[in-house]
Amino acid sequence: MTVNASWYLTLAAILFTIGSVGMLVRRNILVMFMCIELMLNAANLTFVTFSRVLNDIGGQISVFFVLIVAAAEVVVGLAIIVAIYRRRVGATADDQHLLKG
Amino acid sequence: MMSELLAAATLPDSITFVIAAVIVVLGALGVVLNKNPVHSALMLVMTLFGIAVLFVEQDAQFLAAVQVIVYTGAVVVLFLFVIMLLGVDCKETVFADTFKGQRLFAGFVGLCVLFEIIYLGSRNWTTGAPSVAGAVKNQGANVNVIGKSLFTTYLLPFEVTSALLVVAVIAAVVLSRRHDEVPSVIDEELKTTEPTS
Repeated sequence: MTVNASWYLTLAAILFTIGSVGMLVRRNILVMFMCIELMLNAANLTFVTFSRVLNDIGGQISVFFVLIVAAAEVVVGLAIIVAIYRRRVGATADDQHLLKG
Repeated sequence: MMSELLAAATLPDSITFVIAAVIVVLGALGVVLNKNPVHSALMLVMTLFGIAVLFVEQDAQFLAAVQVIVYTGAVVVLFLFVIMLLGVDCKETVFADTFKGQRLFAGFVGLCVLFEIIYLGSRNWTTGAPSVAGAVKNQGANVNVIGKSLFTTYLLPFEVTSALLVVAVIAAVVLSRRHDEVPSVIDEELKTTEPTS
């Protein structure tokens, strides 16, 4: 029997908070992407925890789909980043503050 | 608080949880605080491994394996690939505030989020009937349970994800194609080596 579920949920909350603060603070687009991954993982941890507590496989299935969507999101997002970097030399998100600029 | 933790779980489980939690939090902080994106990506690997350990700890062995394979094997490698391709590791303005007090505000918002989540998580919100997905415990191996649920109840979403992956691949190819007239280096070299064509 592993530790109480509230510990897992608290850990997931801390992880989500770190991810969201990093998203707000950092300027590098790649690191912002990594922060999105952190937040997704926090949500996954919550899903698995509730799956164990409620004795329901649906949580783990949800994590499975989240993993797939995260992979697809990373592929498309990195392709967009590569396309942006190819056009202009800007390393931060502030350099792309104009649409059609 | 600590005695409650130790009372609810066996000692090896508690130790595993604490170590994995420390790894997860340190890795996450490393992602945010490192100036070099390559180091951030490696710290992300650390966090994802810690999450995988916590998955194993909660009897989700299949997801732990998928986590290691997909995230650390594919996603982070993709990140490192893009960093290598673009060479962006030295020219970033880390922690340069775009407007005044942005970091302070971000920290405040983060603390609000943290307390909200913990406040909501401390109550018992789970009511009603269990879902149609099925039970986890005493159903056999974890992979069997997930497979049975995935290929019966969740067959349609599973098929839709395949379409999603195809769309993502096509989108990546379309987005990373060159649209400008400037010829690439490889084209130039081909022209110089094969002047007859």
